[in-house]
Amino acid sequence: MKVDPGIHRDLGLTDAEFDAIRERLGREPSYTELAMFSVMWSEHCSYKSSKVHLSTLPTEGPHILVGPGEGAGVIEVAPGVAVAWKAESHNHPSFVEPFNGAATGVGGIVRDILSMGARPIALLDPLRFGPLDDARSRYLVEGVVSGISAYGNSIGVPTVGGETVFEECYAENPLVNVACLGVIEDKLMHGRAEGAGNSVVLIGSSTGRDGIGGASVLASAEFDETSMEKRPSVQVGDPFTEKLLIEACLELIRSDLLVGFQDLGAGGISCPTSEMSAKAGTGMQIDIDQVHRREPGMEPFEVMISESQERMMAVVAPAKLDDVLAVCRRWGLEARVIGTVTDSGRIEVQSEGSIVADVPAPALAEEGPVYERALDRPVWADSIQKAHPGDDPPEDLSSAVLDLLSDPSIASKRWVWEQYDHMIFLGTIQGPGGDAAVIRLPDTEVAVALSVDGPGRFCYLDPYEGARLAVAEAARNVACVGARPVAITNCLNFGNPEKSDVMWQFAEVIRGMGDACRALGTPVTGGNVSFYNETKGRAIFPTPVIGMLGVLDSPEKSVGLRLRRDGDSLVLLGDTNPQDFGGSGYSKVINGVVAGKPPLIDLDRELKLHRFLFEGCTGGLLVSAHDLSEGGLAIALCESAIPAEIGFKLDLSVEEDYRFLFAESPSRVLVSCDPSATDRLIAMAHELDVPARVIGAVGGSELSFGPGSVDLAEARDVYTNSLSAHIAGTS
Amino acid sequence: MSYSARVSVMLKQGIADPQGQTIERALPALGYRGVKNVRVGKVIELELQAESPQEAQGLVSEMCERLLANPVIESFEVTIEGEQE
Amino acid sequence: MSAHVAIVVFPGSNCEQDCERALRDLGCTTERVWHAESSLPDSDIVVLPGGFAHGDYLRTGAIARFSPVMEAVTTHATSGGLVIGICNGFQILCEAGLLPGALRKNSGLKFICRWVDLRVENNSTAFTSRAEIGQVLRIPINHFEGNWYCNDTVLAEMKEKGQIALRYVDSPNGALDATAGIVNSAGNVFGLMPHPERATEELLGSEDGRVILGSMIDHVSRVPHAQVS
Repeated sequence: MKVDPGIHRDLGLTDAEFDAIRERLGREPSYTELAMFSVMWSEHCSYKSSKVHLSTLPTEGPHILVGPGEGAGVIEVAPGVAVAWKAESHNHPSFVEPFNGAATGVGGIVRDILSMGARPIALLDPLRFGPLDDARSRYLVEGVVSGISAYGNSIGVPTVGGETVFEECYAENPLVNVACLGVIEDKLMHGRAEGAGNSVVLIGSSTGRDGIGGASVLASAEFDETSMEKRPSVQVGDPFTEKLLIEACLELIRSDLLVGFQDLGAGGISCPTSEMSAKAGTGMQIDIDQVHRREPGMEPFEVMISESQERMMAVVAPAKLDDVLAVCRRWGLEARVIGTVTDSGRIEVQSEGSIVADVPAPALAEEGPVYERALDRPVWADSIQKAHPGDDPPEDLSSAVLDLLSDPSIASKRWVWEQYDHMIFLGTIQGPGGDAAVIRLPDTEVAVALSVDGPGRFCYLDPYEGARLAVAEAARNVACVGARPVAITNCLNFGNPEKSDVMWQFAEVIRGMGDACRALGTPVTGGNVSFYNETKGRAIFPTPVIGMLGVLDSPEKSVGLRLRRDGDSLVLLGDTNPQDFGGSGYSKVINGVVAGKPPLIDLDRELKLHRFLFEGCTGGLLVSAHDLSEGGLAIALCESAIPAEIGFKLDLSVEEDYRFLFAESPSRVLVSCDPSATDRLIAMAHELDVPARVIGAVGGSELSFGPGSVDLAEARDVYTNSLSAHIAGTS
Repeated sequence: MSYSARVSVMLKQGIADPQGQTIERALPALGYRGVKNVRVGKVIELELQAESPQEAQGLVSEMCERLLANPVIESFEVTIEGEQE
Repeated sequence: MSAHVAIVVFPGSNCEQDCERALRDLGCTTERVWHAESSLPDSDIVVLPGGFAHGDYLRTGAIARFSPVMEAVTTHATSGGLVIGICNGFQILCEAGLLPGALRKNSGLKFICRWVDLRVENNSTAFTSRAEIGQVLRIPINHFEGNWYCNDTVLAEMKEKGQIALRYVDSPNGALDATAGIVNSAGNVFGLMPHPERATEELLGSEDGRVILGSMIDHVSRVPHAQVS
C-alpha cells in the first residue's frame, strides 16, 4: 500500500528522513511502517540531535553496573546491593493537561526503573514554572503537584525531594521532570529479546488511542496557537493498575519467569519490540489482533504507536508461559501473547491475516538519523555577560532578606511536598526540605542521598560554566548530608535544536557536564533529553537538571541543615568573592536583573570540600551543614535557623557588607558545631585545604547579620506562608 | 428486557461540601455573580436486564444502597431511561 | 509472649510491608492474607493496612469491603478478636459497618502527609492501654480522605461510651470533633487515620506509634504493660 505523498511530513519526518526509510527498506513504506518510523526516529526516541554530544560524556566507573542505553542506569552502592536511578521529562504534556501530564510522567519513569528488575522506592520532582502572578502558572502548579501527588501516593512510592522554581522563561514551557530510585530486589533484568521461539507478552492496561503521535507530535515540535487542540494526545494515568503492575512484575522476576523485559513509553509497542530485538540480534512476529484493546476499530498503525499507559513487554520461554499468565491473572492484570521471537532480525506485524509492517529491527531502533546540527555562539551571549549584573546595594538590608525569603523560588516549599507521601517504606531519614534526601534502602543498613539541581540562570549566562556549577551543586548537596557523590542521571531541557544558538547551548552544557563529572568522579548513568521547549520562538533557559546519587557511611551518620542550640558555632567553609552576582537570586529579586557572568568554579577545591564534609559528618563533628546557593550566605543562614526556630548572631568585619551576605560564590557550605569542637573543626578543614572560619554563633530570637537584622518570627512567617499565598493569588 | 439507568449520588443536605464551596467561590472571578448552592456529586450510568421499569428501578436502588452510595453521607436518585434494543 | 498478626492485603494496599516490619520489631509474628482468601489463619490481631485498595475507585474502601476475606474479618470481630484499621483500613472498616461513621475528603481538599500530635482521650481500650489520658502522641498522617463524620445521634452515643479514643490536637482535615481514632462499642475494633507503623523509630521521627501497637500486643498476650519491656 503506497502512502500519500507528503504524509510523512504530517508525521514529523523530513523529506530526507523519508528518503532514508525508502532506501533502507528497498521499497515504499506502508502507512503502519511510516508511523513506526515517525515515533522511533522522533527526537524524543532517537536522540538524533543530541547523540553526537551525549557520546562525549563519561559513563564508566568502578560501581557502574549498567550505563546509558537501557531502562535505567544501575549502580552498586554496597556489596551485593544495587540501585537503578533515572530521570525523565514530561514537559509538553504537562502544559497541555497538567494533572495527567505530570501523573503519567511519574508512571513512565517508574516503569523504566521496574524494567531493570528494581522496586521503585523514591521519587524526586524538579518542577519549573512561570511567575505566579499569572493565573495560568497558578493553574499549572496546582495541576502538576496534584497529579504527582495522586499518582505517586497511589502507587505507594514516596516523593522525597525535588525543586520548585519560578522563572519568566518557563511561563509557556513549564518543566516537569521526575527522577526515580529503585532497588534491584533479585535479578538485574535486561531489555533483550533472546531465543527464537520465545513468546512476546504484553502485560497491563488495554491499548487505546491515548497519545497517538504523542512522541512525534508533541515532543518534537514547538507549541503554537493550535496546541490546545492537542489535548486528546495526552494520556490519562491509572495508578491502581501501575501498582498491580509493579507487584506482579517483581513477582515474575523473583520467580525467574522472564527472559527479557522492557517498559512501554514513548513510541508504544513499536519501541520495545524493535529495541529488544535489535539488542539481541533477533526479530519478532507480532499479531496485533492479540493486543487487548479499549477502543473499537483501531487501525494497525494506531495499535503500534499508541502510548496507552501502564503496559510492560516481556519475553517468556514457552515452558514458563502458563505460570506468567497465572501470576498476572492473580494480580488482576491482562497479559496477552502478542507475538514470537524469531531469528529474522525483522519486526513483522500482522493484522487480520495480512502483513502490515516488515522492517529490520535495527533500522527502527538503532539506525535513526544522527544529526550534527549547526552550532553558533549567539551575539547576545557576549552582550549579556558584559551587562550590569544587578549588584547595586539594597535600600535596606533587612527588607532585602525578607524579599528574598518571600520569593517563591526561595520560600519554603512545604505547600508542595506535604501533598506527597514522603514516608512510606520507613526509609526516609531526611525528606523534603533539606539539601538532599537520605533514604535507607529496605532491609539493609545502607543509606543513599539524592539531590536534583538545575541552575537555569547560570546556564543561560554561560552554558559551559553553568553546567559545571550544576554538577558541583548537586554533588555538594549530597556531600552536605554526609554522602560521597557517586553517579548522576540527568534531564536536559532545551529549546529548538534546529536553531544554532540553542544547539550551541546544548553542546556547551554537555562539555561542562562532562568536565565536571570527570573531575568529581561522578559518571553519567543515563538520562533524558527534552528539546523544543519553546513557544513563539522564545526558548527556556538551557536547563540541565542533574540528579546526583551519593552513598553514606551508614544511616545514622546523616546530617541535616537545621541549627541546634544556643552557643553552637557557625562556621563558613569556602571562599567568598564579593563580585559573584551574575545570575544571582539577589540580582533577580532585588534589582530585577539576570545578567553578567556566573561565578567560576574550581573543581579541585570542590572535591576537597566534599572530602571534608564526608569526614565531618561521618565523624560526628558537624551538628548541621547547608549548601550555599540562591541568595548566598544570608539565605542559607535563614534556611538553617527558621525550621529550628532559633536565631543567630554574625560577627563579621565592617567590609563584609551586603556583598558578603548575598554573593553566590560556589564551593561554600555553612556548618555549625558544638562550641568545644570548633577548633578541631577548623584544624581539620585546614588540613584538607578547605578554607574555614568562624562567622558567628547560634542563639537569640533575631537573625542578626551585623549590618542589619530580622526578627525570627517575622522571617518564619514570610518564609513559611509565601508560596501558598502566591498560589492562592493573595500575596 | 434491557434498560438503561442513570444514578446521581449527592452528599446529603447538611454535610459540608468543600468542593462545591470552592467552585462557588471561583465562579464570580469568571464573571458569574449570584450563583449559590453549588454542590458536587457523581453520575453513574449502567445498563441492566429486568422484566419491567419498576423492577429495574428496584434493582438499581438496591445497588445504590449496597455499593453505589454511602448511606451515612450520601443520598441517591435513580432514573430508568426506558427499554434498549 | 508474642502475638500472631494477620495483615490483609488488597490490590492497591501499600503499607503492609511497613506494618509487618513495625510489628515484627515489637516481637510479633506476622502473615499476609490476600483479599481473595475466604478464611483467615488463626491470629490474635487482624490489621487492615494503609494504601489505596482497589484504587479507591467509587469511594475509598467501597469495593474492598466486599472482598471475600472481609467475611472472615467480620467473624473475627464479632467473636471479640482484635481488628485495627489504619488509614485506608479505617475507611474500609467504616464502609463495612464494623465502625460507625464515614471518611470524607479533607476540608482543605488537599492530600496531607505530615507529623501531627494526637491526644489520648480514652486509655481503657485495648489499643491505648499503654498511654495516660491526655498523653500526646506524635504520629504522622498521610491521606486525602481523613475527615471523619457521623450524625449527631451516633456521635452522642459514641461520646457517652468513650469510643473516641484519639483526637487531633490541631485538626488538619476538618474531622468532626477533631476525631483521629475510634473504637466500636465492644471495644475490639479500632480505626485510626494516623499511621502508627511510621512512628516506631527515633531515627525516622518518633517512637510513639509503639504505644498503640504495643497496647494491642499486650492485650492479646495478657501480660500487664508494666511487665513488658
